[in-house]
Amino acid sequence: MGISPVLWQFLTKWMHGSALFPAEASTISPWVDALYFSLLLMTIFGLVVVGVLLTVFAIRYRREKSPVATQIEGSTLLEATWTIIPLAVFLLMFVWGALLYFRIYNPPTNAMNIYVVGKQWMWKAEHPGGQHEINALHVPTGQPVQLTMISQDVFHSFSIPAFRVKREVIPGRYTTVWFNATTPGTYHLFCTQYCGTQHSGMIGEITVLTPEDYKKWLHESTSGMSLAQNGERLFASMGCNQCHSGNAAARGPNLAGVYGSKLTLNDGSKVLVNDAYLRDAILNPSQHVTAGFSPIMPTYQGQISEDGLIDLVEYIKGLQTNYRVQQTLVTASSDEAAPPTPAAGTTTEMVKP
Amino acid sequence: MSATSIVSLPDQSTATMPKRHYINNEHGLLSWLLTADHKRIAILYLISITFFFFIGGAFAGLIRLELLTPQSDLVAADTYNKFFTMHGIVMIFLFLVPSVPATLGNFLIPIMLGAKDLAFPKINLLSWYLYMIGGTLTLAALVLGGVDTGWTFTTPLSTHYLNTHVVTAATAIFVAGFSSIFTGLNFIVTIHRMRAPGMTWFRMPLFVWSHYAASLLMVLGTPVLAIAIVLVALERLIGIGVFDPTKGGDPLLFQHLFWFYSHPAVYIMILPGMGVISEVISTFSRKRVFGYSAVAFSSVAIALFGFFVWEHHMFIMGVSNYSALVFSLLTMLVAVPSAIKVFNWAFTLQKGSITFETPMLYAFAFIGLFTIGGLTGVFLGALGMDIHLTETYFIVAHFHYVMVGGMLMAFLAGIHFWWPKMTGRMYPESLSKLSAVTSFIGFNLTFMPQFILGYLGMPRRYASYPAEFQVLNVLSTAGATVLGVGFMLPLLYLGWSLKYGAIAGANPWQATGLEWQIQSPPLTENFIETPIMDHEAYDYEWLENKTKHEVTTVG
Ligand code: HEM
Ligand SMILES: [Cu+2]
Repeated sequence: MGISPVLWQFLTKWMHGSALFPAEASTISPWVDALYFSLLLMTIFGLVVVGVLLTVFAIRYRREKSPVATQIEGSTLLEATWTIIPLAVFLLMFVWGALLYFRIYNPPTNAMNIYVVGKQWMWKAEHPGGQHEINALHVPTGQPVQLTMISQDVFHSFSIPAFRVKREVIPGRYTTVWFNATTPGTYHLFCTQYCGTQHSGMIGEITVLTPEDYKKWLHESTSGMSLAQNGERLFASMGCNQCHSGNAAARGPNLAGVYGSKLTLNDGSKVLVNDAYLRDAILNPSQHVTAGFSPIMPTYQGQISEDGLIDLVEYIKGLQTNYRVQQTLVTASSDEAAPPTPAAGTTTEMVKP
Repeated sequence: MSATSIVSLPDQSTATMPKRHYINNEHGLLSWLLTADHKRIAILYLISITFFFFIGGAFAGLIRLELLTPQSDLVAADTYNKFFTMHGIVMIFLFLVPSVPATLGNFLIPIMLGAKDLAFPKINLLSWYLYMIGGTLTLAALVLGGVDTGWTFTTPLSTHYLNTHVVTAATAIFVAGFSSIFTGLNFIVTIHRMRAPGMTWFRMPLFVWSHYAASLLMVLGTPVLAIAIVLVALERLIGIGVFDPTKGGDPLLFQHLFWFYSHPAVYIMILPGMGVISEVISTFSRKRVFGYSAVAFSSVAIALFGFFVWEHHMFIMGVSNYSALVFSLLTMLVAVPSAIKVFNWAFTLQKGSITFETPMLYAFAFIGLFTIGGLTGVFLGALGMDIHLTETYFIVAHFHYVMVGGMLMAFLAGIHFWWPKMTGRMYPESLSKLSAVTSFIGFNLTFMPQFILGYLGMPRRYASYPAEFQVLNVLSTAGATVLGVGFMLPLLYLGWSLKYGAIAGANPWQATGLEWQIQSPPLTENFIETPIMDHEAYDYEWLENKTKHEVTTVG
């Protein structure tokens, strides 16, 4: 950082005690703070230079001291100096800021995923195990957590100042952000994009727990069904399984193992199948026809909530074989839900609110 | 501080009011409402924008009052949202955008160029009427119950989720936008076609250069805002689905369109102010502006680069990482011409013969505050830093430092500087110095705490906030009170000076611009005969030789 570690620690300690500085509670916070202090240093330096110039000139060349002005045309050397030095400093800040940005917005591959749905005026977090939270989010320390977020209505923005991360939550498209919490405690969650009347009420609490406490919490707050299990039920009840059964004669492509693969569409383009792609393929199927299939899939636009879509995405993500899809096909005629899953999830009870 | 007072300047004590000038040339309300004289139109604008400034200011006061306590207790959240929306719309579209160009620019550009009027005097009047229609519609939206979109009109909130007077407010901005397009167009044509003999591009005052750059932005940028606003209205009224994702629209498209105008708009707001500062600094240090051509070109550079940085308002909105990279780089580049200007102003003082009249005090305040505003812009341009700072009070503090600390201070510097020219009378010097100092102190007390609040994470546009932010908010409200006093004072003493101020004479500051070589207030036709520009801008030796021979008063 160019700042000696001892001085640095002293500075941050002192700042944290002063209530003029937010807590540092994620691995990224110290990095953001380091850039912040450097930018502050740049600002103070710039202000001092300008301030000294103005003051010295104003005193030295005031009318009493300097009754007659000496005209000067300018100086190429000076112009070059104050073009190049600020440019160099700003470019340094650009590079530093860019590195940080890529770090904050590119999640590590081992991140655990939690879904967040924003709507006027509340946050809903959905853990893969099916735990739901409103205006609250529990996360463990020492584990990268990625949030996959979407809005049901207007633009919102998910901000955790203590983690120094923030990302817009947009209708119609997933955005993601990740962090790795370091310090147990509770922190502010703010919606920072103006979203209507109760914008300032769209706040919540981030609770950071030790991994053990987090496990305990997960266990106590389970709703019984994981997101994927809900997804499986939806997959059957909405009739997805009719075409995506994985049978050789099926009218839709086989979805087992499709997540993460490169798919060729019938216009020849190749796409990576990720969360956003799956969501979009359900809502706008005609724009995403897999090569070799006809565009017969109906759109589900308006028929399924963002929560439902998350369930389906989570289900397809984990789908490895079509065995159970075909099982549900057999029972679907009797209008029943999916058969219970023997092992998955944290509990075998089937209570879905 | 200098003991040289304006009274001791040459023609002050002997000055008399000219018998004939643009104000008494014709009488009656109609002679004003139907005038095509750029100077009278400037006065019409000055009165109207002052009116809207105090409307916007009243809302600022209400906002600060609400934020005195953490709860939303003075007014309901809904009402608070309407307050900040009205504050933003009025201050940006009805005050800051027209402030210097439509008043000082209108008044001075033809005179500085040695012309009788702008190229299209009637379009100039039309522009004022459009502005007034825009202003009236804004007031109508307010009286009918208000709008709560924020000045940024974010879709789909503005198109589908609010049932306030969005279309009325959008129409207001649309119409007011055309007034600024016409002003820009008029300036561009005038600067190209109406310069007096000998007035080459590089003999023009820097005030004209910066207006030229700002006019380019007005003419090229504002139509995009108009389109964005029309699309919002259409989407709202007939649901065309350009922005609505459920109809295949792109919600980010609005952001692109809006900021494609609104980033350049921030330079529309600052460039004319920079022009004022160049004139003031030169005059009160009696020196040619250091690096004239660097300052001139940096205005144009700001205008050009200004068009390619809009995405820096969208860094966290899920744009591609690589496009963010490009826009961040360009943002850093656009900060450089601003730095160049600051240093050139500072070095203009060097070896000068400096006095500290009120316009100069405002100019000093401008340089300091604009430096802070510009450098905090670099925080926001640095990608990783912006993530934490965007949408918080840090942004609020940043743009108030440039727009209030910068543009408003420049506007006040300019108003005081050219007041004698516009009215023929001097303002009271010590009272105005007091107001400059009061504003400076009040301003910093208001907005410095907001930087800290922003880093702590306090979101903008919050009617209520966590209790731990209260101390800083109270400081900010206290500062706003002082600032309010600082802004009220000029209204009072400038009004007073219209009748009781000392007679100014043609050139009370001994400045070099052509506007100072004619009587104050000027004749309707500005010049008796077309002037010939036979010297560089800011040529104080020329002025000295000239004043040795004559004192120009006509009428
Ligand atoms: C020196 C150059 C400047 C730089 C590098 C700069 C940079 C930025 C950046 C990156 C943002 C976006 C922050 C965000 O939304 O996260 C921003 C916001 C803003 N800036 Fe600047 N800025 C500069 C000068 C100015 C000037 C001269 C003005 C106006 C006179 C201005 C007015 C604004 C406004 C109004 C916003 C916020 C708009 C909103 O979200 O409501 N800036 N600035
Ligand atoms: Cu901008």
